[in-house]
Amino acid sequence: MAIEILMPALSPTMEEGTLAKWLVKEGDEVSSGDIIAEIETDKATMEFEAVDEGTIGSILVAEGTENVAVNTAIAVLLGEGEEAGAAPAPSAAPAAPAPAQAEAPVAASAPAAPVPVANVEPDWPEGTEVRATTVREALRDAMAEEMKGDEDVYLMGEEVAEYQGAYKISQGLLDEFGNKRVIDTPITEHGFAGIAVGSAFAGLKPIVEFMTFNFAMQAIDQIINSAAKTLYMSGGQMGCPIVFRGPNGAAARVGAQHSQDYAAWYSQIPGLKVVMPYSASDAKGLLKSAIRDPNPVIFLENEILYGRSFDVPVMDDFTVPIGKARVWREGEDVTLVSFGIGMQYALEAADKLAEEGISAEVIDLRSLRPIDYDTVLASVMKTNRCVTVEEGWPVGSIGNHLSATIMERAFDYLDAPVINCTGKDVPMPYAANLEKLALVTTEEVIAAVKQVTYR
Amino acid sequence: MAAKKAAKKPNVSGEELTEYYREMLLIRRFEEKAGQLYGMGLIGGFCHLYIGQEAVVVGLEAATEEGDKRVTSYRDHGHMLACGMDPNGVMAELTGREGGYSKGKGGSMHMFSKEKHFYGGHGIVGAQVPIGAGLAFADKYKDNGRVTFTYFGDGAANQGQVYETFNMAALWDLPVIFVIENNQYAMGTSMARSTSSPDIFTRGEAFGIKGEVVDGMDVLAVKEAGEKAVAHCRAGKGPYILEVKTYRYRGHSMSDPAKYRTREEVQRVREERDPIERVREMLLEGKHASEEDLKAIDKEIKAVVNESAEFSKTSPEPALSELWTDIVA
Repeated sequence: MAIEILMPALSPTMEEGTLAKWLVKEGDEVSSGDIIAEIETDKATMEFEAVDEGTIGSILVAEGTENVAVNTAIAVLLGEGEEAGAAPAPSAAPAAPAPAQAEAPVAASAPAAPVPVANVEPDWPEGTEVRATTVREALRDAMAEEMKGDEDVYLMGEEVAEYQGAYKISQGLLDEFGNKRVIDTPITEHGFAGIAVGSAFAGLKPIVEFMTFNFAMQAIDQIINSAAKTLYMSGGQMGCPIVFRGPNGAAARVGAQHSQDYAAWYSQIPGLKVVMPYSASDAKGLLKSAIRDPNPVIFLENEILYGRSFDVPVMDDFTVPIGKARVWREGEDVTLVSFGIGMQYALEAADKLAEEGISAEVIDLRSLRPIDYDTVLASVMKTNRCVTVEEGWPVGSIGNHLSATIMERAFDYLDAPVINCTGKDVPMPYAANLEKLALVTTEEVIAAVKQVTYR
Repeated sequence: MAAKKAAKKPNVSGEELTEYYREMLLIRRFEEKAGQLYGMGLIGGFCHLYIGQEAVVVGLEAATEEGDKRVTSYRDHGHMLACGMDPNGVMAELTGREGGYSKGKGGSMHMFSKEKHFYGGHGIVGAQVPIGAGLAFADKYKDNGRVTFTYFGDGAANQGQVYETFNMAALWDLPVIFVIENNQYAMGTSMARSTSSPDIFTRGEAFGIKGEVVDGMDVLAVKEAGEKAVAHCRAGKGPYILEVKTYRYRGHSMSDPAKYRTREEVQRVREERDPIERVREMLLEGKHASEEDLKAIDKEIKAVVNESAEFSKTSPEPALSELWTDIVA
């Protein structure tokens, strides 16, 4: 059966081209792989190979012809025993399907905004015994409990085993679980992040400790391109149950390369979950949830908070769900939204503002992806004013995103513009006085609240 | 060190040879068809064909056992067909249809099959190397005797993460075979212009990893080397490197005019070293098959490939709701 040879598309964007040269003539025999023509695209001259074998019956487009549209029949190939002039097989008219019109806006974006309701259920039952625990101990306990419960969970990172953790988070884990499950790595973030991702594809549940998240930039391709996107790219076949954890944000006097908050960076990535606890109970409950989660979770800790003590419930299996904010303090006049170490400034500001008769509601987001929008919106609809507090840089910050969301979904409730209190838009300086100036402060939060409450 | 050839009188049955012929031919015809569908606008974006390199995956797959894993780069169609994935599902992924392995959401470079232990299809050059070692890490953790074939090219061999991985794979005795498919060109940059030492297989020496070079146009030589590497890994001796010298006939991707090499160079390889032609001759000379037998195989393969093309055109595009699924589990 005669076959039409069609003008090929030779680049992702080519729609037409020049048939520069025929390398065969009518009557020539060709087999698959033979170069039969040269075709000029806007970028280059390409060789065009035969796919089928047969005899060139007729050449339909002469060489030198410009603007030949893709999929135009340019020659006819005859099969065995066929003669020139035989009717070509009807062309398959394949033309790529017209892109379906996007049914804008496609599902999942908010259906006619339901009234947001704050999820204020307490994290543990009233009356439960609590014990003062540091964030450091809480993180350790969470890992130990989950490793006890699931053989597939293991911890990997620099100095996590014999050294007992650069920040002593993994203290005692090597003794308890052995070197098969608590693994010291060389200083090679890109490599061990990739190895951990591969092991998660194969069914293990790694906890990867980065000595600090600054060093995770070496590994960010594996975190985003491999861990976050594979579930989607595989059509749901292959997920990546992994936790990347470690201290994030400014410590003290360590300069620009060791003092950066990655909250907004990771929160932008579909396929990741991102949590950033402030208290010890959240550190414990969220880390346990993160280890059990079938998705890659970025778990952002803070060195300054490691030694801080908080009440942690004494329970067999205490977890905090990812994606649920916590209302630390109820108030009427303004909503303060923060997370991680930013909570320290938000809570201090709320105390001082109370002395001046301003009642602030303080919300700890805890999870940054997904974000508990409803709890924030319900609060703003009550107080009509909002100030966000975070340590990271101002451009493209979590506060920016919340401001936009509040504007879209609660514009009519606002009595003042939302103000974002952030770290300053500079690399972290070393000098003590400048470092202090670069970080967000309680005073700045108080000033912002006074601005939005017109005091 | 010259690339290792298979023994002069190979100890291989007619059935096995015929099977290798069939598998290599399937890859070649499939890729030619994919090139054609690309030309017709049915396949979009990047599309990297495996034509010329068929003996590498077919030879190595002949050395595997059920449960062994494989992971590769974006030039992945051949690997998928060789490990037994369905040509219909692969072709339909290329056309971005619901019947594709990733429901049309991955494309040419991003396909996976848990069932066939194929872990992708990775679009970032070299990123699959630590991932492959991680798959082997999991096998060692589970002590299940499996090995992982981690394929990458001569281009990826210059990525830093490859050497980070060599170090840990050797340190932890991971059962991983690093297969360097050296087709001589990293996109348009030849080995001579990109790689300081011509013998990539020696690059594991600094880490104590054994390596050897293999003639990648000879399916039997590849299989032999694969068996040796597999035995090394299964014996718990850690990783192994195979540098397989091969050649890609087509451009790096569909829009590559391939001006960095001469037409004669390509033509010479096709005429003198073609891996499929070599097996074809062995089959005929050894009287394992007649011209008619081979014609019948050609016909059979053509039918499989045509069916995959048909399926890839008729399978519907994914439902619009698929935009929002599989983002998190």
